[in-house]
Amino acid sequence: MQHLKPAKFLAMATACAALFTGVAYADPDLSAELVINEGELTLVTRAPADDIVPNLSERYSGWLFRDAATREMQMDDFENPAMIAVEAGEALWSTADGSAGQSCADCHGDAAESMAGVRARMPHLNNDGVLWSMEDYVNNCRTERMGAEAWRWSGSQMTSMTSYISVQSRGMPVAVQIDGAAAPYWEQGRDMYYTRYGQLELSCASCHEESTGLYIRADHLSQGQISGFPTYRLKNAGIVSIHNRFRGCIRDTRAESFAEGSDEFRALELYVASRGMGLSVEGVSVRP
Amino acid sequence: MTDVRPRIRLPRSASAGDSILVKTLINHDMETGLRRNSAGETIPRQIINRFTCDFNGRNVIDCALEPSISANPYIEFEAIVDQSGDFVFSWHDDNGEVYTATETFTVG
Amino acid sequence: MLTRRDTLALGLGATAVATLPMGAFAQTADEVMATYTGGATPAEGGVTITAPEIAENGNTVPIAVSAAGAVEIALFATGNPTPPLGRFAFGEASGAPTIATRVRLGRTQDVVAIAKMADGSFAMARVEVKVTIGGCGG
Repeated sequence: MQHLKPAKFLAMATACAALFTGVAYADPDLSAELVINEGELTLVTRAPADDIVPNLSERYSGWLFRDAATREMQMDDFENPAMIAVEAGEALWSTADGSAGQSCADCHGDAAESMAGVRARMPHLNNDGVLWSMEDYVNNCRTERMGAEAWRWSGSQMTSMTSYISVQSRGMPVAVQIDGAAAPYWEQGRDMYYTRYGQLELSCASCHEESTGLYIRADHLSQGQISGFPTYRLKNAGIVSIHNRFRGCIRDTRAESFAEGSDEFRALELYVASRGMGLSVEGVSVRP
Repeated sequence: MTDVRPRIRLPRSASAGDSILVKTLINHDMETGLRRNSAGETIPRQIINRFTCDFNGRNVIDCALEPSISANPYIEFEAIVDQSGDFVFSWHDDNGEVYTATETFTVG
Repeated sequence: MLTRRDTLALGLGATAVATLPMGAFAQTADEVMATYTGGATPAEGGVTITAPEIAENGNTVPIAVSAAGAVEIALFATGNPTPPLGRFAFGEASGAPTIATRVRLGRTQDVVAIAKMADGSFAMARVEVKVTIGGCGG
């Protein structure tokens, strides 16, 4: 049997889907407004494209691609199941842990003040010029200052904490640094984004740039933004971290994926974050 | 189960005799008993099998839940608030534990 | 959190179920519903089910049911390994015979709501909810 190139396969699959369903491409629901808690906050889900995303006409949040029921779940802090993790993170914030007997609150005080803007800038260079994700900063505090054990990257404690910290930036525009000392990381991430991985030879761009708006089986392909992360995935009925999703995506190309907390994923995270500049941090979103 | 947090949402205000919308959510895996672990053994069922709500001692709703209810069960219903009083909610776990929450509601 | 292996195991279970002769399986769901009504045939109408036409993810499908005059509503997922979803009995302080919740649907199937009335009669509604496999690993 002739080996089908992935691009051709995708096109063929899409054509087949079109034959059967009559819908191969669908615009995301651009008229939908992401208003939280009946007017408390309106999140920006559309932002202009720029040099970072030359192949996109406009930046869209993943929220726009979801069906009405899923979108609704994110619009109310009560109905949003991710808020359970946020509350758990809030409790962890004030709980002393480690040999120093300190909690996050002891140094950082009220998270609403001290953590405002943090998620919007992640990932960013630490004082030594090394690119770190939010999870790295959390674990660094825990091991170096609290005398506590590091949390697993995607364990429930870490995801609760990153959820809680992210919410403090909800509504703020994604604004990551990609120039100066951050440039090499950004370029590494950009190269990864356009590299085809796995048996299926798919790059991030294959789905999220070339095919955004198309359907892959029944999934409506978004632009692959991470402005909504950490997110409550309906599939997992739990919080999914950025690296966890990267890992899953690459594994779905039938490749041996990179590890959570790897240098590769930190670089990819910086690049993907920059593709969402101007979109609002969604704190904790709801996705299928 | 560790760290079970019931969440209740009631409207801000209502008049005596109104029917109000009550929203409830509790974090729970709702383990179906159909999944297998990496060793191939069936993970035992553990779900919230019953949810009740009373207002001032009178029953509002009594729900028998099955494994096909999604994890982190969300239940929304309506209650008549004839006067101010206390809502008492209970979630019954397969393991015998009962999680409860109370919310005072004042009619305007 | 469901691992890929778990999802596969769950999926295999669902496939095993799906390969049963269709008639045999549907009978089980019907039997369960007949047990609930004590053999009586529910009237059609008077019950409204609100459910998505296509579930974005079968793990969490929002369902709402209302049935004027009902004292209890029973929900069934006719295509699930165990069809009963729940029974919701309205007490004296209930404001309306309506309920909303989120359910797991293992595959495309009918969701059936049977309402028990105060006089012991039954009414029902049935909607099909499509459950699909996403492209990104489910």
